[in-house]
Amino acid sequence: MSEQPEPIVAQELARPIARRRLWFALPILVFVGIAAALVFGLGRQGDEHARDLPSALIDKPLPAFTLPPVEGYEVGLSDADIKAAGVSILNVFASWCGPCQVEHPIWMAYAKQSDAVPLFGLNSKDQPENAANWLKKLGDPYKLIGADRDGRVSIDFGVYGVPETFVIDATGRIVLKHIGVMTRKDLDQTILPLIARLKG
Amino acid sequence: MTAELGHYALILALIMALVQSVLPLIGAHRRDHTLMALAGPAVIGQFVFVSMAFACLMYAYVVSDFSVMNVAANSHSDKPLLYKFTAVWGNHEGSMVLWVWILAVYGLAVTAFGGNLPPVLKSRALAIQGLIGLGFLLFSLGTSNPFMRLDPAPINGNDLNPLLQDPGLAFHPPLLYFGYVGLSMPFAFAIAALIEGRVDPAWARWVRPWTLLAWISLTAGITLGSWWAYYELGWGGFWFWDPVENASFMPWLMATALLHSAIVAEKRDALKSWTVLLAILAFSLSLLGTFLVRSGVLTSVHSFASDPARGAYILGFLILVVGGSLALYAWRAPALKAGGTFKPISRESALLLNNLLLVVGCGTVFVAELYPIVLDAIDGSKVSVGPPFFEKAFAPLMAPLLLVAAAGPMLAWKRADLPGVLQRLSLAFAALVAVIALSYALHGGPIGAAIGLGIAAWLFTGAAVDFFDRIKLFRAPLSETLVRFAGLPRSALGTTLAHMGIAVLVVGAVAGTAWRSETIAVMKPGDHAELAGYTVTLTTIGESKGPNYTAQIAEMRLERDGELRGLMYPEKRFYPVQGTQTTEAAIRTTWFADFYIALGDPDEASGGVGVRLYHNPFVPWIWIGALMLVVGGGLSLSDRRLRVGAPSRRRASAAQPAQAASAGGGP
Repeated sequence: MSEQPEPIVAQELARPIARRRLWFALPILVFVGIAAALVFGLGRQGDEHARDLPSALIDKPLPAFTLPPVEGYEVGLSDADIKAAGVSILNVFASWCGPCQVEHPIWMAYAKQSDAVPLFGLNSKDQPENAANWLKKLGDPYKLIGADRDGRVSIDFGVYGVPETFVIDATGRIVLKHIGVMTRKDLDQTILPLIARLKG
Repeated sequence: MTAELGHYALILALIMALVQSVLPLIGAHRRDHTLMALAGPAVIGQFVFVSMAFACLMYAYVVSDFSVMNVAANSHSDKPLLYKFTAVWGNHEGSMVLWVWILAVYGLAVTAFGGNLPPVLKSRALAIQGLIGLGFLLFSLGTSNPFMRLDPAPINGNDLNPLLQDPGLAFHPPLLYFGYVGLSMPFAFAIAALIEGRVDPAWARWVRPWTLLAWISLTAGITLGSWWAYYELGWGGFWFWDPVENASFMPWLMATALLHSAIVAEKRDALKSWTVLLAILAFSLSLLGTFLVRSGVLTSVHSFASDPARGAYILGFLILVVGGSLALYAWRAPALKAGGTFKPISRESALLLNNLLLVVGCGTVFVAELYPIVLDAIDGSKVSVGPPFFEKAFAPLMAPLLLVAAAGPMLAWKRADLPGVLQRLSLAFAALVAVIALSYALHGGPIGAAIGLGIAAWLFTGAAVDFFDRIKLFRAPLSETLVRFAGLPRSALGTTLAHMGIAVLVVGAVAGTAWRSETIAVMKPGDHAELAGYTVTLTTIGESKGPNYTAQIAEMRLERDGELRGLMYPEKRFYPVQGTQTTEAAIRTTWFADFYIALGDPDEASGGVGVRLYHNPFVPWIWIGALMLVVGGGLSLSDRRLRVGAPSRRRASAAQPAQAASAGGGP
């Protein structure tokens, strides 16, 4: 270290102002790049298929399963039942699931429609008496319900949150997976048109 | 009724936020003191109304009002009272209210303690805080209303995720939020300073303690989360580099950088525009952290998918806040006058190097965090970035940082005497070499871990030497040493303690990662397992019942060389309402290692139960080190010169050679 007093002027002072400006603008330029990528990413999520999470099961046949009935019912549910029914809907629900209660009236209304396709229920990880009470109290829109006590079949379906809804075509392939609450809008704008196409 | 009251209070708070953000800003522009003075009452009003809304939500939880959808989805009447409280912020909607409430508390702090702030700066800063509050309240009311009713009301609730029913996690979010929102303070003042076109030491003197407070809370919050993950998740790990953890780690890194650069801004009037940029970035990352975790943008696409409005709002808000402030920075920062000058070898340079390394480290985490999202946006492929990346990319950046941290406090401001400092570091260098050699000889690698321990020894010794030099231990009579110790500024003590804390923490993290051993066994009562020289025997296994769960508890004898070292009781709990299980690991700790047992699933074939055993060397040091960080930060914060409202200008000029040696808190 030399002892001469030669204070180094902070470099930013020495630089011409225009070039300094560029440095100060660098953070915003980087940010714009990141934001553009994120907006583009979200934009993609907004298009038609974005809300259907990538499911390995789309366009695949139903996984094979046989489930016992919910307490108080006679008949359970198997993949053969769904295949035999043609175009149909499979709804995964549970009595412990708050959002399921929110979407439940929509299914009750749908099941009463004259042009409704069969609606099947997959009761996921539920206590038998809770499931029975829930259906008794709120009504049962399902043609058949399988009780998936330990959640194994739910895993086969790639369910990772309840409620989820699957649309199955006449050949028994899964065509669509809807995650979360089924709203009136989702049903009218996505599910029903799809079903009409599948039937037509 | 309470829910409607809370909803109404939230709307009133929104109006208050509107007043707080618009009028003082106009007032400051026109130098109209009447308009500027409106900020005060608006802040108080906002605090009152947000508190009211928060209290209403809390009440709904405590009395288990399941007609409120938020309560039904996250609580249960059987739940212990503590977790009814904590469930308030254990969900997205409630946590947003907590966020706004903490923001209101900070706003109140500005009006209460900011008596000696220039009125224009103060009203602008309050207006910026008001704008942030406005954004959050709009979000809350528009897309995440916590007071939504549910009709018909369910008989009972869905229960809080059992994993969250834990004292460690109960207080983790509030602490973290206190830190996140605390960073709104330097942010608001940075924006105010940019609008004004002036950053002076008085500005830095105000910003520093608040940054420190936010940093302390962040440190404590992150540690609590990590500690929770350690004993609750049952995998014996303490840090997983998962997106949620990274989201809180990034603001911490930035806040650490800000803490150090604010020292330069205050003491030397230099690095000002850089400090302002750090303040903006730190808070931007806080916002990102809040949204990433709570809205689940990253971890589960669920909430995004079920409510795209929420996602769009978050993105819009982030772009507005971050983009707006960075644009303001690009426009106004070049006008900030550069201050004090310094040589390449000086404390300023050391702190600048610290800043660069921390920012680059943060950038590394940021890239790893967003890379999967961006990649998904480009071609839809799903990837995740895991611990191997961080070990390779992040650790090498931290090594030079810790090396500099030992030297920094020894360097003088402006221009330092390098040979002198190197001489003072000779003991630290000896410790570095000795520890690397010793740990390599004892464990035989990995060499990276040995180097990590060596660097920790260097930092610890360096901090200790610096401290002893200051009090002239063994060089002057004991009485002088004591007088010097008593006269040492608390912020200098804080620095020493925090730097030592980092060293201790690094030992725990490095050794705990590199040399942990584990074994998995299926055991029946009477079976033995061996690990790290210990013998573990499963004696009995039984059932027990908690308030809202049933548990399976095993009794394990831990023996070494035939001698009983302790009985351990790992548990596995089953929560019937959500149908989930949690692990309560049994941990027996010595100062140097943890013996850790987690109960797994029963093995039907053999009739035994799966048991995971871990021996985690030095993991307790992580928590000790983190505690030292928090205490060190607290000591700095209690420094009279840092205390808010302390006479400023006179002291600043007096604080030259003697006190200039004190670098202030933080690592």
